[in-house]
Amino acid sequence: MGDSPDSAAITVEGLWKIFGSRAQKVLDSEDRHLEPAALREKTGCTAAVRNVSFAVRPGEVFVVMGLSGSGKSTLVRCLTRLIEPTAGEIRIGGEDIGRASPARLREIRRHQVSMVFQHFGLLPHRKVIDNVAYGLEIQGTPKAARHARAAEILSLVGLDGYADAYPDQLSGGMQQRVGLARALAVDPQVMLFDEPFSALDPLIRRDMQAEVIRLHREVGKTMVFITHDLSEALKLGERIAIMRAGSIVQLGTAEELVGAPADDYVADFVRDVPRSHVLTLRWISRAPEPGEPLDGPEIAAGTVIKDAIAVASASSRPIKVVDDGELVGVVDRVDLLTFLSGQDIAVKAGA
Amino acid sequence: MSTTTAVGTPSRLGLPKWAAPAGVAVVFVAAYLVFRGTGTLPHDKEAPQFLAVTDLREWIDDHRNDNPLFLYFLNYIRLFVGALYDLFQTVLHALGWPGITGVMGALAWLAGGWRIGLLAVAGVSAFGFLGLWQHSVDTLALVAVAVLLSLAIGIPIGVWAGLSGRVRRAVTPVLDVMQIMPTFAYLAPLALFFHIGAPAGAIATMIYSIPPAIRITALAISGVSPTAVEASSSLGATRWQTLFKVYLPLARSTMALAINQTIMMALSMVVIANLISAPGLGEEIIRGLSRAQVGIMLPAGVAIVIMAVMLDRMMMAIARRGPHTKPSKIDLVGAGVLGAGGLVLIPVLPGEWPESWTVNVVAEVNDAVLWAETTWYPVTTFIKDFTTYALLNPLEGLLTSAPWWLVALAVLAVAWRVSGVRPALIALGCLLAIALLGTWEHAMQTMTTVAVAVLATLVIGLLLGVAAARSPRFSAVQRPLLDAAQTMPAFVYLLPALALFETTRFTAIFASIIYAVPPVVRLVEDGIKAVPAEVVEAATSAGSTPGQLLWKVQLPMARRAILLAANQGIVMTLAMVVVGGLVGAGALGYDVVLGFSQRTDFGLGFVAGIATVLLGVMLDRITQGADRRPSPRKRMST
Repeated sequence: MGDSPDSAAITVEGLWKIFGSRAQKVLDSEDRHLEPAALREKTGCTAAVRNVSFAVRPGEVFVVMGLSGSGKSTLVRCLTRLIEPTAGEIRIGGEDIGRASPARLREIRRHQVSMVFQHFGLLPHRKVIDNVAYGLEIQGTPKAARHARAAEILSLVGLDGYADAYPDQLSGGMQQRVGLARALAVDPQVMLFDEPFSALDPLIRRDMQAEVIRLHREVGKTMVFITHDLSEALKLGERIAIMRAGSIVQLGTAEELVGAPADDYVADFVRDVPRSHVLTLRWISRAPEPGEPLDGPEIAAGTVIKDAIAVASASSRPIKVVDDGELVGVVDRVDLLTFLSGQDIAVKAGA
Repeated sequence: MSTTTAVGTPSRLGLPKWAAPAGVAVVFVAAYLVFRGTGTLPHDKEAPQFLAVTDLREWIDDHRNDNPLFLYFLNYIRLFVGALYDLFQTVLHALGWPGITGVMGALAWLAGGWRIGLLAVAGVSAFGFLGLWQHSVDTLALVAVAVLLSLAIGIPIGVWAGLSGRVRRAVTPVLDVMQIMPTFAYLAPLALFFHIGAPAGAIATMIYSIPPAIRITALAISGVSPTAVEASSSLGATRWQTLFKVYLPLARSTMALAINQTIMMALSMVVIANLISAPGLGEEIIRGLSRAQVGIMLPAGVAIVIMAVMLDRMMMAIARRGPHTKPSKIDLVGAGVLGAGGLVLIPVLPGEWPESWTVNVVAEVNDAVLWAETTWYPVTTFIKDFTTYALLNPLEGLLTSAPWWLVALAVLAVAWRVSGVRPALIALGCLLAIALLGTWEHAMQTMTTVAVAVLATLVIGLLLGVAAARSPRFSAVQRPLLDAAQTMPAFVYLLPALALFETTRFTAIFASIIYAVPPVVRLVEDGIKAVPAEVVEAATSAGSTPGQLLWKVQLPMARRAILLAANQGIVMTLAMVVVGGLVGAGALGYDVVLGFSQRTDFGLGFVAGIATVLLGVMLDRITQGADRRPSPRKRMST
């Protein structure tokens, strides 16, 4: 991480959320370190988020990944206090969310942070355009202005011509585009996504992921993206936090997670990921052996391994792996084949 | 493992499962034979409890205009409701029949298209044809006031209960008791506080009809998609914005059902409210009932059914509409023309329905009833006498000659066995209170009537319900009949009963059977149909005969629904049996009626009203636990 809190879009420090009537008591006692099942047995409380800290850089796509019940949806709701956190500090754009008054919190929700939901949360009695304009409507924007803005956003998410349709006349994927447009319409600095595509068919999900990538490129919002789907996390996330039982077990880039899992849980998680699609040449390059020819093709160290295969098949010479024009190592066909065959389990861990 | 021990227990003792209950029953029979005739609580018309209430009423009537509670609070409520009623009545009379027909037709058209509009026009005209224009307008005004007040109070409470679990938990038990209170029970206290007349009638009707307004609104609000609510607050909506832009619009169609139910309840109560001198169609019906003249009450009964069907179809059309369908242009124009036409014709046509356009059928109906009575005399007398001598008299003799403590013990034992400790203690408390109130003997008589009626209701309801569940064709024929039956106000059922059986105890039984059978049939049918298709398929593929399927799979699995049906049947039967006091059912119901007609018996009627409530709570508690108890299968494995 290493960002100073001031330059970050969101910082979270020591966040706890314990559900139950004796939440504060649990937090103040040693019980908070108990396993979830033991805690519930003993106190009747559920610790959904346990001592979570992270910082999201402006413009970053930050993914929180975990299985159901890992606390990720609670975590994202704590960010704007849709769920009131039990303890911890949250700053968005430098402002302490925990201390915000209800009115100030509404202002933040109206202008700075918006959210996209798993089950869309559209209003069936309103036309698409009025759904998109909802955020502006509750801010008090006049009808003409909010409709103009909503129409603009609708064409941005590819829903031109559907302004007067009603949500139940649209497919699931299109409904989620409406949800996306609604969140975008208020022009927030931060967008929160709570498993937005898990209710969609695989093909439509892929389209929507591409859509998010495109939107991110075009509008450059800071995004916090919750998912239980590892491939989605790897595809979208610049950095990924893996949650288990309320805690973050590992936080890093896709490459770090796949290449150097922090524990068995993460390792188990990423086991089926085709590593050649995620890891870069940096992970398998080695120092040239004495006498090894160094006249082969040059490839940047940040290249994904699978993209190097075509180069290797075209040339029998070892590939030179370079970073900023500087040689960091070589990779030959044997190295690639060994890696692809999966024998080289212990990639240079922690490199 | 645990199953085997549970199953093994009785066999180890060497006693069959029914031994314990049978033993207890034998003990009770023996105790009855030994103590028969002792510890009975015969009815005393001059009991001090009754006289005290009568005195209280005298005192209140004397001090209605100088006691601060009345002067500054209750009288203002009465005046306000009275003014509201006068306003509605004045407006409706000013509209006259052309205006009302046009406006109702237009509203109905907007609600559900031209068919419903036509229905409304025909319905309103029917009031005139039946010669009941004046009475119908009064009833309409009274219902409008009561429903308006019910909704004005009930919807906010319902919304609050829907949003807050704590409020819901506080309100639910109150509503539960309100819903098992027979209509009669509301009248006497209201007469005490609000005197008699239209305002008291409107308030009674309002109180009676408020539970569905609260309950269904709460259900509608709590059923709103939590994601939509969360999405709204995530965008920074205030609580009020979320309430008005998300909760209420999304709850709309369910809330239309709440309004519909409220109207239907109000229509049943508004007639009974005539006992405390509320104007309207009830006047004709109560007059007909007390003179046992079907000819007088039939047109009024028909008018009120028409009113119910008309309003029901209008509200149901609104409830069924999709979240965003709006009336088409043609509908708007049609409704507009109809409404405007009606209004334009007000000065042209007379406001009162012309006398020459009415049909008077009193004599004809009375003749027809007489014909039916004489023609079917052997059949009806046989049924009546059989029930009376084979069931009613022995059971009544048993309950009234048994010592009160033995009955109390029996109630405790049965309630404990069926529903558990808490309901059993509540039931016992109710029974003891009945004894203390001095209404023991009449309560036992009413309970006899209820027991016989419930028995018949359940037998018929089960047969029809099973038949409907097994034959889709039968179900398709029966459903519309059940729907229609459930729209009808309660006392309408007294009509055919009175026509066939004159004024006897059996009349009330017959009326309560036809009143309570429809919901029982429906619950049984739905319960059996709710048995998962895979289970039925599995049983069929194992080679079960249809009979085996029914007895071994469907009925056991529908146990909860059937027990719920029994509970419903009992509560509804009690309500009807009490109303049956008007047509010869005697006992508590008759006491209540007497309390209104004889000033000196007001106390008796008032106390009898309370006793019916206690009886209702008792019967409900005895049976309600049944559907909450774990199913037998579950019990074995624990």
